[in-house]
Amino acid sequence: MDNVVVRKKKNMSAPNVIFVICNTIFMIAFVVITLYPIINTLAISFNNGTDALRGGVYLWPRVWTLKNYTTVLQKDNLITGGYITVARTVIGTLLSLAANAILAFIVSRKRFLFRKELSLFWVITMYVNGGLIPTFILYKNLGLTNSFYVYVIPGMISAFNMLVIRTFMNGLPDSLEESAQLDGAGYTQIFVKIISPLCKPVYATVALFVAVGQWNSWFDAMLYNRMSSQYTTLQYELMKLLSSVTNQGNSVESMKHAAGTVTPTSVRAAATILTMLPIVCLYPFLQKYFVTGLTLGGVKE
Amino acid sequence: MASLTRVKTKAKTNELRTRFSWKEVKRQKVLLFWSAIIVAYGIVFYYAPLAGWLMAFQDYKPKDGLFGSAFIGLAKFQRLFSDATFLRVIRNTLAMGVINLISTFVMAILFAILLNEIKSKGGKKVVQTISYLPHFLSWIIVTGILHDALSTSGIINELLLKFHILEQPLNFFAHPKYFWPLVAFANVWKETGWNAIIYLAAITAIDPSLYEAASIDGAGRLAKIKYVTLPGIRPTIMITLLMNVGNVLNAGFEIQYLLGNGLVQSVSQTIDIYVLKWGISQGDYAMGTAAGIFKSLVSIVLIVIANQIAKHNGEERLF
Repeated sequence: MDNVVVRKKKNMSAPNVIFVICNTIFMIAFVVITLYPIINTLAISFNNGTDALRGGVYLWPRVWTLKNYTTVLQKDNLITGGYITVARTVIGTLLSLAANAILAFIVSRKRFLFRKELSLFWVITMYVNGGLIPTFILYKNLGLTNSFYVYVIPGMISAFNMLVIRTFMNGLPDSLEESAQLDGAGYTQIFVKIISPLCKPVYATVALFVAVGQWNSWFDAMLYNRMSSQYTTLQYELMKLLSSVTNQGNSVESMKHAAGTVTPTSVRAAATILTMLPIVCLYPFLQKYFVTGLTLGGVKE
Repeated sequence: MASLTRVKTKAKTNELRTRFSWKEVKRQKVLLFWSAIIVAYGIVFYYAPLAGWLMAFQDYKPKDGLFGSAFIGLAKFQRLFSDATFLRVIRNTLAMGVINLISTFVMAILFAILLNEIKSKGGKKVVQTISYLPHFLSWIIVTGILHDALSTSGIINELLLKFHILEQPLNFFAHPKYFWPLVAFANVWKETGWNAIIYLAAITAIDPSLYEAASIDGAGRLAKIKYVTLPGIRPTIMITLLMNVGNVLNAGFEIQYLLGNGLVQSVSQTIDIYVLKWGISQGDYAMGTAAGIFKSLVSIVLIVIANQIAKHNGEERLF
């Protein structure tokens, strides 16, 4: 009884109170620094462009307008970029998930003859790669440049994602496979009907990693498809919009340019919000998946 | 004694490995079929580019190809290391790599520990969810946001003017001395919450009785962090540090490419940008490849050294 009272007193002691106050301030500062730039972009995207140039738009639009968004949605290159980005995210994620899952299934079969060798073959690719130039030449020779395939074919298998799935599959009981085999099931059936349904959580994790990577990538579009505007991605178009804005700055030129109510800055804000929207809406619901994935990935063999 | 050990190892391998036989091959034909396809894919997309390394030792001409071009030994490497720009580029890459590594590392651990000290479950969850958000944004968006916040009419300049720290707006992107801190800040902003996940998981795994024991001994919050939490996550800290050391030279492409401009070129260019400039823009494939090889070799050496140090000190190892 005495002990409890003493401990309660200790919790309320001066150093602890100071600690709690400091910690709270730190967390609030952290949240503000993280969220402010995003909320500010959101406010500017809904604000009249010419009005925003006067400054002073922080958390809430001053002169409301949807003009920035309608301007963005009328830009053909952004629309094309949007379609390509959605297509590469969906197709790329499905292909990559299937390939990594099959590979992980094979190397997690205890009886597989080349288990160690096949794992090593892929782990090496984590540390050694040809580099930018040889890869570029290879894709060019394979006819992957100036095509949609360059987004979904080359990066299909990633050793890291394979290891995440493998760790999960290794944790499943061997008896599942054995009893299925007694019932006459082949490996294909075991993979499709028995192992895969149990792997749903880890599949979701890997799909999330791949999908975010696909959605956000721009460098491959710049490097391989710069010449063919029908295959550029949303992020790459956004980058072009960004560099045009930074070059102009908030000069008189851009004021004049903004004879209407939109400016390059406000249009870019709207495009930025549209680009981040799907991810921002989805990620809070997928939290438990990526936390599991990172923890699984940290486990070494 | 020796033979006994050998028998033991043999028994162990027998248990782990299925012995090769045609019957077994037939039984596993589906697995073997798919692994053959996957290996073929791997050879084409991951191993074939390694053959391209030969270019660095050749007077490479695209029309002659890899097999027709003449070998010129290490001439390209000599040219590379006599190029003052390349030496500066190495310095930039290393400096930004190390600064980023340390700053993101320290911030992630600090954030994980402090977040763990929040007693309100709801508050913790909200802060954590918000902290992941920037990780999911592309560098295009992050650098765009940074440009807005730091522009001469942006919020940072406004605040600095208001508190009279500055007399007139400062263009942060025009001064080389601000570039490295900016890159470090952007990395910290984007990745702190994400990198903290693994430490938070490690903290959760610490035995609660250790904290109780510390309380009984009269330890305050800070003492508990110092004597229980930090030692508890030490193995996790070591392994992530180890994994990141090999990536030091990889720390520089997207952000430097997007934030850099003519005024800060001397501090913003990294090895990857140099490779891109020589290889793609100037079309000198051999020079670009040589610079890329240098980067790969240094990375591998760094990983091996870090691993050896960890082994020597009895810490967790990568391999």
